[in-house]
Amino acid sequence: MSTFPYFPHTEEDIRQMLERIGVSSMEDLYADVPADFIFKGGYDLPDSKSEQEVRDLFEALAAKNPKLKVFVGQGSYDHYTPAIVPNLLSRSEFLTAYTPYQCEISQGTLRYIFEYQSMICNLTGLDVSNASMYDGPTAAAEAMRMAVACAKKKNTVLVSKGLLPNVIEVIKTYAKYYGTVIEEIDLDGGRTSLDSLKALIAKGDVAGAIVPSINRYGIIEDLTGFADALHEAGAVLAEYCDPSALAALKTPAEWGADIAVGDGQSLGIPMSFGGPSVGFMACLKDYMRKLPGRIVGQTADASGKRAFVLTLQAREQHIRREKATSNICSNESLMALFVTIYLSVMGPKGMCEVNEKSTAGAHYLFNELLKTGKFEPVFPDKPFLKEFVLRPLVDLKALNAKLTAAGFFAALPTEEGYASFCVTEKRSKEEIDALVATIKEA
Amino acid sequence: MKYYDKLIFELSKPGRAAYTLPDNGCPKANIPAGLMRTEPAVLPEVTEVDVARHYTALSQMNFGVDTGFYPLGSCTMKYNPKINEEIAAMPAFQGLHPLQPADTVQGALEVYYEMDKALSTITGMKRFTLNPCAGAHGELTGLMVIRSYHMSRGDLARTKIIVPDSAHGTNPASAAVCGLEIVEVKSGANGLVDVESLKPLLGPDIAGIMMTNPNTLGLFEKDIREIAELVHGCGGLLYYDGANMNPLLGMVRPGDMGFDVMHINLHKTFSTPHGGGGPGSGPVGVCEKLAGFLPAPRVEKLPDGRFTVVRSAETAAGQVSAFMGNFGVIVRAYAYILMLGRQGIKLAGKYATLAANYIKESLKDAYKLPIPSVCKHEFVYDGLIDDGSATGKPGATTLDVAKRLLDYGYHAPTIYFPLLFHQALMIEPTETESKETLDEFIDVMHKIAREAAEDPDILHCAPHLAPIGRPDETAAARNPILKFD
Repeated sequence: MSTFPYFPHTEEDIRQMLERIGVSSMEDLYADVPADFIFKGGYDLPDSKSEQEVRDLFEALAAKNPKLKVFVGQGSYDHYTPAIVPNLLSRSEFLTAYTPYQCEISQGTLRYIFEYQSMICNLTGLDVSNASMYDGPTAAAEAMRMAVACAKKKNTVLVSKGLLPNVIEVIKTYAKYYGTVIEEIDLDGGRTSLDSLKALIAKGDVAGAIVPSINRYGIIEDLTGFADALHEAGAVLAEYCDPSALAALKTPAEWGADIAVGDGQSLGIPMSFGGPSVGFMACLKDYMRKLPGRIVGQTADASGKRAFVLTLQAREQHIRREKATSNICSNESLMALFVTIYLSVMGPKGMCEVNEKSTAGAHYLFNELLKTGKFEPVFPDKPFLKEFVLRPLVDLKALNAKLTAAGFFAALPTEEGYASFCVTEKRSKEEIDALVATIKEA
Repeated sequence: MKYYDKLIFELSKPGRAAYTLPDNGCPKANIPAGLMRTEPAVLPEVTEVDVARHYTALSQMNFGVDTGFYPLGSCTMKYNPKINEEIAAMPAFQGLHPLQPADTVQGALEVYYEMDKALSTITGMKRFTLNPCAGAHGELTGLMVIRSYHMSRGDLARTKIIVPDSAHGTNPASAAVCGLEIVEVKSGANGLVDVESLKPLLGPDIAGIMMTNPNTLGLFEKDIREIAELVHGCGGLLYYDGANMNPLLGMVRPGDMGFDVMHINLHKTFSTPHGGGGPGSGPVGVCEKLAGFLPAPRVEKLPDGRFTVVRSAETAAGQVSAFMGNFGVIVRAYAYILMLGRQGIKLAGKYATLAANYIKESLKDAYKLPIPSVCKHEFVYDGLIDDGSATGKPGATTLDVAKRLLDYGYHAPTIYFPLLFHQALMIEPTETESKETLDEFIDVMHKIAREAAEDPDILHCAPHLAPIGRPDETAAARNPILKFD
């Protein structure tokens, strides 16, 4: 006989409860359901299991995922996670709470969201951050909708061909149904072309543009002139950023951006096969009331104690229904806490070091790979941080198979046929040398 | 709960640090100064001890399912098993890059495949995508599938969606994001969709209807067969909002009721923790004719038994998230399903329904019960029967009752939703709460009703024992302070 540790009901409890309700069986509670809708079959599921059996089963599944040293980014980055971050996240008061609807007993959640918003503002240089989005690509899709909302009566949003492929895909998906026209800004020498942007603006109807701060080739974009060109046409600039790199790079505010979005995964969140992550979204104060999602604000209670609440809720679906700025309800709150604790642990100095060490490692690998004679540069003079692409001079598929067998995930083939690499501060010189040696021998 | 008034920035002191990083031994590389920020980002400079104490203190101002009973309607705050946390944290899952070759992630892909199968048998649908990251994201994805289906047939006029007035706010909002025009259908006096009101709305411009069954009053839409026939008859599809699926576990399958598309909230029905508002997961299931429209990427099983990822598909509705959704949440939910197994899943819905009806019958002497019929997982009171206004003081409202509950160590129910009643108090106990817990809650609700009748001011000033009293929300909105300066 199985036991069910999450069901407290004894037979006597059930009898007493049914008696209070005034029915004779639990099935009677479904008397309003047409009889032929009652499911009389059995589920095609295994028998209930003990905790130990479940653990064993997952250990067997885990054993089918060999451990690889990761040298690829493309939207998911293997940065180091300080031990204290998951430890604090596991506190059940954070983990098992719902959205902070009852603010008097949710000050913990509301305070960390306020801290999170502050940190996102400090990284981007912008005025207002929301409480989080699902991930980077969906945040970019929301930026597309927000651009249309900001620039009234214009319905075209420009997206750089340099954005990561999954970011473009998700934007296009949202646009297809929402009815927004998407035009792609060409690249020139591996960077988003200002000329192409201007030519598209000249065609009219442009509500905004979404461009990366670091693009799909790992190249750091130079956005000089972008904001001016868009603002002159009454359009907004949204920048898609890696928040880890924002600790080092020129901020969206410094480039003149109105909106910044991106994926918070690079702030120490485990890759976890792609999720959960957290999307971030910030904007200038002028556009605050167009921002989707929850926002936490500071106020006080009647006795003057500093207090935090969900605010500006007239933007949201539970109040405005179809007129809301977005349909988002659940977000990625716990991952916003992750990012907040990570950034508290790393501080300004730690974040600089993460970027310096990643940059050093990536440039070392770049140079060593060229020495193997199996790759050549695609964009030789363009600056990069932790990620770059090379043109393979050997069969990439065969190389990938050898790398996997040797325990490396590297040289990811891109749509263009390049090999994409990434080095974070987690990778040592010895690991990089081992990767290069494997490639040499391949 | 103890009030604690620091922000992490206020603990900061230049020169302190909580991190250590190894020297990776690579020579320094330079990036042109013009691309670098001019000022370092303002972030806290604190030690690890500061971080540990600060966030522990913050957690102690929070209430979770492990803290106590959390009868928040439509949120299904069931207990979150601990084994699921350990499994999701296994390095062989957490360390996987989402773009790794399929051969190196067979264990992860098997989780997707088996979870798709498990959800399909539980709901009676044909195929699921696990890519949506939350319930509302699932709604949007499901509506995209519906629109793709109509578009694929050249049936381009179907741009309207019917949404009941009792629906969750996300339903009309998701439809708007999907480019659909919302047509609202009224509920009848019995709280159910009124079939006669529905009929005139149907036509060649209708993409479908979004139904929550049981609905937000906890009532089973007993006319669902006729509604399905009518909507299908006009060429529309039926969308099932699975936010309220919990009471149907083991009893009714949406697929058998005629629904074509549905989403389910793994963070509700399948016990994954809500994390203060996420991460969730909102898988979308479809009937056979819609399977080709599910978004990419998808996991497929090859004839040799291995699993692969199909990254794009011609007919797919598109790509809705960065990779394949919240894998860490999916793993937890799969562990929960395996633990309960075929026997346990069959019991969960009945126990949830039993608990809700038990509370409903136990408090109707003190709280107005506008719809007395049998409920499912949740039900709605319309405020107090005696709000104390006979004392000459203003009467106690639902908000006051909710705030007073906090003093007694409970999370409050959902309040002022659904919008059909002015003083709505929506209670959902779930199957993981014992009769003793329910009895204690019932006693406290009675006590609060007596307090209201005798002196409603006790309730007006509540909470008295929480870390803060009621904050000034008007001031927060009028003069927004949204970051630390």
